[in-house]
Amino acid sequence: MNENVLINGRIGKTGSWFHRYANPGRFLKLVKPALPWLAAFSILLTVTGIVWGYFFAPADWEQGDAVRIMYVHVPAAWVAMAGYAALAVCSFFSIIWRHPLADLAAEEIGPVGAGFTAVCLVSGSLWGKPMWGAYWVWDARLTSVLVLFFLYLGHIALIRAFDNPAHGHRAGAILALVGAINLPIIVFSVQWWNTLHQGNTISITGGSKIYVTMLYPLLIASLGFYLCFITLVCARVCAAIMERRTRGLLLAAAERS
Amino acid sequence: MSLAPFIDGAYGVTVLFLLGIGVSTFLRYRRAEKRLKAVDARA
Repeated sequence: MNENVLINGRIGKTGSWFHRYANPGRFLKLVKPALPWLAAFSILLTVTGIVWGYFFAPADWEQGDAVRIMYVHVPAAWVAMAGYAALAVCSFFSIIWRHPLADLAAEEIGPVGAGFTAVCLVSGSLWGKPMWGAYWVWDARLTSVLVLFFLYLGHIALIRAFDNPAHGHRAGAILALVGAINLPIIVFSVQWWNTLHQGNTISITGGSKIYVTMLYPLLIASLGFYLCFITLVCARVCAAIMERRTRGLLLAAAERS
Repeated sequence: MSLAPFIDGAYGVTVLFLLGIGVSTFLRYRRAEKRLKAVDARA
């Protein structure tokens, strides 16, 4: 890790908590003991949310039982977008401070985020057929989420496309930052364009158009999916750090002999 | 139109994805941990 960064025109040790914990060794020490707890809570919340949504949540007066798809589709969509935002933040830190942990996190966020985006697209298609009469329409919301999926795939491919991994991470970081423009487009697509996809049902500032018997399982499933994403990325980053250490030790042993 | 195949399909895809990525991540983590311990002990 580059410990020296430019502060107020001077080169100095940063010493800030952020740079401290961006050290892969410290990250491993901090996150490893928390992983079993994170995994347990994510399984508990995800299973509760999915079972509640599938078996016990009420049917919608208009959509009937098809509304149950919302309990997996909406959390997957939120996590897909939050995952890309995290990817963009990691890419920002990778470009500015060259933190190896940011590169590792970006590399591991890609496949997990792409998976959640795929779940969002497939579950949305399966909802669209009985409700709209088509699995797919070139609607602004659907198309922008498809673009998000391609951005994830592009990032995964780009960081592995160079012989020098540092070049791959740099190119991937630039793609991730440029692609972040797609996030507000996804969020506001239902307001900017006349879309077939329904508008925002849940609002943080109040005025949610969903009854509590549907809101609670949705929030629990969402929390479970977010925790699943965090747990998976943390576990994969820890595995990547350990794999790098193993490679380093083997290389050192080979050089000695 | 019966809604069951669409609902079951959406839940099935989600559960399969979560199980798949969860198990593969766990196996990768355990393998990395075991390998590091073995190489560390040898070094």
